[in-house]
Amino acid sequence: MKFLSEFRDAGLAKGVVSQIHRRSKTPARFMEFCGGHTATILRYGIRQVLPATIEMLSGPGCPVCVTANADLDKAIALAQMPGVIVTTFGDMLKVPGSHSSLQKIKAEGADVRMVYSTMDAIHIAEENPSKRVVFLGIGFETTAPTVAASILYAEEKYLKNYYVLSTHKLCPPVIKALLASGEVNLDGLICPGHVSAVIGSRAWDFIARDYAIPCVVSGFEPLDVLQCVDMLVTQVEEGNSKVEIAYRRGVRPEGNPEALRLMHEVFEPCPAQWRGMGTIPDSGLKLRSTYQRFDAECAFDIDPGPTREPQGCICGDILRGVKTPLDCRLFGNNCTPEDPVGPCMVSSEGSCATYYLYGRNSGR
Amino acid sequence: MCLAIPALIESIKNEEADVDMGGITRRISLRLTPQAKVGDYVIVHTGYAINILDQHEARETLKLFEQLAKAAEEER
Repeated sequence: MKFLSEFRDAGLAKGVVSQIHRRSKTPARFMEFCGGHTATILRYGIRQVLPATIEMLSGPGCPVCVTANADLDKAIALAQMPGVIVTTFGDMLKVPGSHSSLQKIKAEGADVRMVYSTMDAIHIAEENPSKRVVFLGIGFETTAPTVAASILYAEEKYLKNYYVLSTHKLCPPVIKALLASGEVNLDGLICPGHVSAVIGSRAWDFIARDYAIPCVVSGFEPLDVLQCVDMLVTQVEEGNSKVEIAYRRGVRPEGNPEALRLMHEVFEPCPAQWRGMGTIPDSGLKLRSTYQRFDAECAFDIDPGPTREPQGCICGDILRGVKTPLDCRLFGNNCTPEDPVGPCMVSSEGSCATYYLYGRNSGR
Repeated sequence: MCLAIPALIESIKNEEADVDMGGITRRISLRLTPQAKVGDYVIVHTGYAINILDQHEARETLKLFEQLAKAAEEER
């Protein structure tokens, strides 16, 4: 595919790899915030070609993984109400909540439908006027504008049976919380490419400025990640901390102003609960009062009961970068992609699922 | 989750476009990129174009990789 396969060329990778080896002298620890980057790094064996000076750490950038059980329980409770259809992206179906998962209750008869796009959820609402259709809104700034767009479509189409349960989360506040906690020390941050396509690379300026950590926005192909690591190494060796883009074909400093405008038109920041990190101020998105009639939290009386965390699961520690999947005693034994205990084993971008598939021997 | 891939816009009707994704035609929404035109590559995430791909920048990046690969080859 054009503008995709070229960035997977092993021959072209050799030049960047040798430049990284030549430049890297100081031991450095880089975190890839995004689960998509973790997947690229392990799938293409990037850790194995990097010099011993560089340590790579996975971060909390997997929306499925950071969704709190309390939010999952709400979606499950909604799907169990009569006359309700719950729609969401495929990744969410298998994630275990406190007592069940959307997939399990679907097997028991609940109307849960996987969609590719929020436009599909709108079509389902149009085709089922006697049902109430809830879209479980999950994702970072990449996805939130598409959910905002669906609410605007619903308004324009005078749909009275479309609702959103927003569990959207924002990336800069969680990175700030992670760095402020002092739990992890970083020498560089690989910033998320498609979040930055929307919010722009400028959104990371505060990290370079306030924490003196080099930041480079990366794309998701192996050459993108290698170029990003090379740029981080260069900043480390030159003693710089600035924000750069290693994904210039997809990311601009200002992001996508129209996507941001729609997101802010429909949503406003709110406190959000993150798995493993607790509640972080202004790190979530809720519907503005103007759009309250589309808000599932307001339209339904949701009572999922008390939440319960899975026994022995260390997803929270893994998401904060203080442990790796290999430190978990459930990993690969009681917890597998077919029968996951924690969310990091469910999502294709969850650290545990990625390690299980590609990296059981590469956890350097 | 934030998976997004480049696709070529083949036709546009109202706010929707038919795009070529590696040989497959898909209908997507241009609500987030109203300025997109036929012939543009857009980055598609869950059925929406979230940005227009900068083809010039893509070629410049590839040129840089080619130069580095050539330099590495010559060093050997």
